[in-house]
Amino acid sequence: MTNEPTGFPYAPAPESTAIVDISSSYGIFVDGAFVEPVDAPRFKTVNPATEEVLSEVCQAGAPEVAAAVAAARRAHDEVWSSMSGAERGKYIYRLARLLQERARELAVLESMDNGKPIRESRDVDLPLAAAHFFYHAGWADKLEHAGMGRDPRGLGVAAQIIPWNFPLLMLAWKVAPALATGNTVVLKPAETTPLTALAFAELCQQADLPPGVVNIVTGDGRTGQLLAESEGIDKVAFTGSTEVGKQIQRSLAGTRRRLTLELGGKAANIIFDDAPLDEAVEGIVNGIYFNQGHVCCAGSRLLVQESIVEDLLVRLRRRLQTLRVGDPLDKNTDVGAINSAAQLERIVALAESGDAEGAERWSAPCTLPERGFWFPPTIFTSVTTAHRIAREEIFGPVLSVLTFRTPDEAVEKANNTPYGLSAGIWTEKGSRILWMASRLRAGVVWANTFNQFDPTSPFGGYGESGFGREGGRAGLAAYLQERVN
Amino acid sequence: MSGAPVGPGQLHASLRGLAGVDEVGAASRAAMLGTRSIKASSKARAIDLAIAMVDLTTLEGMDTPGKVRALCAKAMRPDPSDSGTPAVAAVCIYGDLVATARNAVGDAVHVAAVATAFPSGRASMAVKIMETEQAVAAGADEIDMVIDRGAFLAGDYARVFEEISAVKEACGAARLKVILETGELRTLDNVRRASWLAMLAGADFIKTSTGKVVPAATPTVTLVMLEAVRDFAVAHGRKVGVKAAGGIRTSKDAIKYLVLVNETVGNDWLTPDLFRFGASTLLNDLLLQRQRMRSGHYSGPNYVTVD
Repeated sequence: MTNEPTGFPYAPAPESTAIVDISSSYGIFVDGAFVEPVDAPRFKTVNPATEEVLSEVCQAGAPEVAAAVAAARRAHDEVWSSMSGAERGKYIYRLARLLQERARELAVLESMDNGKPIRESRDVDLPLAAAHFFYHAGWADKLEHAGMGRDPRGLGVAAQIIPWNFPLLMLAWKVAPALATGNTVVLKPAETTPLTALAFAELCQQADLPPGVVNIVTGDGRTGQLLAESEGIDKVAFTGSTEVGKQIQRSLAGTRRRLTLELGGKAANIIFDDAPLDEAVEGIVNGIYFNQGHVCCAGSRLLVQESIVEDLLVRLRRRLQTLRVGDPLDKNTDVGAINSAAQLERIVALAESGDAEGAERWSAPCTLPERGFWFPPTIFTSVTTAHRIAREEIFGPVLSVLTFRTPDEAVEKANNTPYGLSAGIWTEKGSRILWMASRLRAGVVWANTFNQFDPTSPFGGYGESGFGREGGRAGLAAYLQERVN
Repeated sequence: MSGAPVGPGQLHASLRGLAGVDEVGAASRAAMLGTRSIKASSKARAIDLAIAMVDLTTLEGMDTPGKVRALCAKAMRPDPSDSGTPAVAAVCIYGDLVATARNAVGDAVHVAAVATAFPSGRASMAVKIMETEQAVAAGADEIDMVIDRGAFLAGDYARVFEEISAVKEACGAARLKVILETGELRTLDNVRRASWLAMLAGADFIKTSTGKVVPAATPTVTLVMLEAVRDFAVAHGRKVGVKAAGGIRTSKDAIKYLVLVNETVGNDWLTPDLFRFGASTLLNDLLLQRQRMRSGHYSGPNYVTVD
């Protein structure tokens, strides 16, 4: 199943699934308990690497969303908003520790439901999710130092809608700051990846979190829309596609409900001729093939100085041949399964537009499993800024390579996108890094690295990549109302 | 970078023109490769390969002919309880013990002698050449020389180049391993430059360390050296070996190095002709792991020989 790009075959090293206990069906989590909604339709969640059904969850409708919002309101007004920061922090620390204690189980569950390699869920998603809870737990009793006035307060009930690419990590990005700032939440995980959010609901019970502080409703976009348009909420935090983000913004216009959006991207990863080339190759691979390219800040547009493009492409293609594509639960897998049939279809369609518009496709030679949803790590060269694959977010393991001649041209091309979430600069020249960073229109600029995340560092975008920041002190502002008196 | 440089200025310029190494990025790549899970049949294969790649080493002031003969016996037959165990690649000793070693091993394993005022490299060129010639004459078919780190750090690349070339000539048919002593070069940029310098001057192997300086071999330094031999082979069509020496004591560590080789330069380098471990205690841990994989249980330190 896995590829053997070289002659030193690694025997299969599958992580055991015995540690995971998945129920055959789940209700929604409201007011501290799992409830089985009457009449709500059910849908299946599958393992994208095998197409095997993992469980059934319910499609929450208006009554379920209303119940969840009401529970969150009650918990906010009666318990959470009046609790001292130190006391709130105690619960959040507890959740952080529980995430660490159950990290292995949650990592396996995440890889099963999402298709991402276990190495990634084990070494990136889970440690970062716990770090977000630890970081924000520390803020809970120090909000007067957040730069939001002497006595800042939470907003109330936060509706949080998260995507399928980092299910548990995005939950942590949303839930941890909301709880630390005294808000209660109704969270809707993506329809293809609800299982770790439902496992998190168990963690809330285990942590004795007061009922109603965290509520979780499952369902597709219709549930999300019901939640975002609910009268009883004070804020919507959405991470997902730009299209849906715009829809939410339209529906919230004219209401007093606040909104933060973290949307798509088409990040430029810029390689200068004086870059540390071997590490730049790693950065390119990490930028676009990490998490199968299902990353909103993925470095999907590679901008290479023309004088080194051939050398760099030789190195990059050679490196791609060592990527191990296959069983997400194998500890040696680098690239796992595409999250869903629908996403695979989008990737295939966009890649075909690249062929049709005259770009040259090269895919790493690898044998893909017969079942499940798969796409090989792919590079398009001879790409111009007019091609769809250079403009639209593919959200898959597909890299578009463009060239530039001068630093000005690099900036111009990098900024030539409606998005502006992230960018990468590779050069050994420190002054050039600063010169570039001050001109790039992107929320995050990485220098000589890519896809590095930390709870202390604010993350968010420009333009159609959204607004509002998550993480750091700036991230707290999205959940606080300023009070100066 | 291609073609042998002619003048000192050109050598300097071409070494300085190599792409830089980002230390954080290189370390994180090496660390990631360290997470590979090598189990079952792969592990068995890796352990046998690692044994065959060991340069079994003793480089002490207290070395005697008796000690060297014992080392040689172990090199040829590492595990007396299992004749299927591969022999190691070479014994690595001081020059004055070469004849003793050659008598003991015959043609069964290589005899590597350290030369050129090992480990500091502080002697005249004439002394270094003579030491090399004597070791070869006594039967060494591999020479582990040290570079003049003082000259390298002073920027006198030409002198280092000339010294390596001269020693290579003195080696005749013996293979030359050039010890960079990366623990004294300190930066990965220096490691990359010194690697290219040694290869351009004729090294058959580039070697991390003497084992007398801490840090000795590290996965990150070895990664950078493997990248150098890979790029050199592309530019010059000649495959240079890499020897990681010092501080590698466990099978687990050795397997991590094999993964580095596998995923950086590929299968071609997974042979004792192109990759070596300079080690003394590593061999017994490899043997213990080998016994465990065959018998299903751990034996203990008294089930492998002390030397």
